[in-house]
Amino acid sequence: MSGDVRTAAEKADFKRELTEVIPHLRAFARGLCGRPDMADDLVQETMLKAWAAQDRFQPGTSMRAWTFVILRNAYLTDMRRNRFRGEYDEGVAERILNAPAGQEEPIHLADLQRALQTLPPERREALLLVGAGGFSYEEAAEICGCAVGTIKSRVGRARSALTSMLDEGKLPGRASTDGDAQQEILMELEKVAAGEGQTEPIK
Amino acid sequence: MEHRKPEKAGNGATQGMPGKPADSDKPGWANGLKQLYNSVVDEPLPESFKDLIERLDDAD
Repeated sequence: MSGDVRTAAEKADFKRELTEVIPHLRAFARGLCGRPDMADDLVQETMLKAWAAQDRFQPGTSMRAWTFVILRNAYLTDMRRNRFRGEYDEGVAERILNAPAGQEEPIHLADLQRALQTLPPERREALLLVGAGGFSYEEAAEICGCAVGTIKSRVGRARSALTSMLDEGKLPGRASTDGDAQQEILMELEKVAAGEGQTEPIK
Repeated sequence: MEHRKPEKAGNGATQGMPGKPADSDKPGWANGLKQLYNSVVDEPLPESFKDLIERLDDAD
């Protein structure tokens, strides 16, 4: 809230762009935390934070990337408070399974959603950004505030974990949060808590 | 099925950038990941979001 106050026109532009990215924010949040209701709460929190911080948005840059940073930081904060563990989105998975198939789909999307939720959060977000959101490794690295090599490594590990679970049939139990996966999540969170990997442009 | 969402909100320079992950060598589930994402993008926006957008100006 410094002296650089936006004009009404700039605010209107910001609002329009923010509105346009809501579907993407919802999709990213749903992939991250699994449950639609919690994901939408996260998106609303993100929108309020983005609105409050709009003076820091550079017009002409990617609103999607900028708001994703806010969303993932809010998500990781919530993760540390234990909110989103082991949840997955039954609603979306069911709807897709009941939709007419565009082509032969060997993988059940419900299984994919469940498998996704077993990944450590930082690998899950890296895979979502690159594999679903269509960001380049460089863009994903900027969003996550880490090196490009780190993103590549996280995506690679996430991919091999999913391939092992889905293509080789080693599916974890539903909402599995115990055992190795849980351990791994906790280890990743330790790192996040220690300040590695979390960017904080927005408070 | 190339169902990649071209996105409006900037980021349009992604295509063909160095480091863009290759489309080849994909495991069977890779397309499902995009489907999960795009299915949410394509959902109609819940009223709660429209309300929030309208209320933003009041927050100043």
